Amino acid sequence: MLDDLDRRLLRRWQADPDLHVTELAAEIGIHQSVATRRIDRLREAGVLRGVHGVIDWKALGYAVEVSLRFTLEKSSPRALDRFLAAAEGIPEVVEMQTFLGRVDVRLAVVARDLGHWQTLYRDRILTLPHIADIEALMQVARVKTDAVLPV
Amino acid sequence: MPDPDDTDLAILRVVRANAALSTAAVGRAVGLSQAATWRRLDRLRKAGILAGRELALDLEALGFGVTVFLGVKLAAKARVSLEDFERAVSAIPEVRRVDHVLGRYDYRLRVVARDIADFERVFRRRILALPGMGEVEANVMLSERRLPGPL
Repeated sequence: MLDDLDRRLLRRWQADPDLHVTELAAEIGIHQSVATRRIDRLREAGVLRGVHGVIDWKALGYAVEVSLRFTLEKSSPRALDRFLAAAEGIPEVVEMQTFLGRVDVRLAVVARDLGHWQTLYRDRILTLPHIADIEALMQVARVKTDAVLPV
Repeated sequence: MPDPDDTDLAILRVVRANAALSTAAVGRAVGLSQAATWRRLDRLRKAGILAGRELALDLEALGFGVTVFLGVKLAAKARVSLEDFERAVSAIPEVRRVDHVLGRYDYRLRVVARDIADFERVFRRRILALPGMGEVEANVMLSERRLPGPL
């Protein structure tokens, strides 16, 4: 289980994931070796799954980001698996979630521009198996990004 | 910066998966010297393509068993300012991500809660009390995957 020190460390690190262990340790007032040990333990326990680099798709030339929400045909028991396997093969898909609700699957898709999006949508998305309904939400702006979890 | 070449994309792929690697280790993964890797990483950071790091945490292990995606439509668009809504929704700690979108909904929210009862509390007391709230749709997340994307 997490103790107060783990929580303090995770709160501080989440707020500034670019901090190095040395800086992180100094900020919460513990020795670097203690911080390293704590982080290793959080990794071993599976609480910390990894530290990922954030890619700004816009800066990389992908100006369009669309959230696609799918309702799938429920007639085939393997529909979800088949759909997910096919969607995984589209390189422009950056996130994939499954849901309980009206929406079954959400895909976050990036495209270079509207022309690219149109091609992608017609040739790759609409040809995915078992789609009953699709709804697109086009990203205008990110207002709040992965805020610190209240741990 | 010039358009990222295949080596840049390979570096981004490595760092997206594991941003805790040293520059030397990233270099080894893509077959570059430490100095050459450092120069490319520095350029990718300065161009804003590599936009920092994020921690991947096991939400369930931290006691957040429920993630819900909400689609929100504002009620009286003309009367409520978007800034008021955005400020109020961003202030809710359980709301981790807010996207302004174009389509059936105006905003897409990602909300975490300890359990369904906790979600109900956040939903009733905080979300439904937001200025300008109109139609809301909730979908409970069952699984999530991040994909490499077009790298």
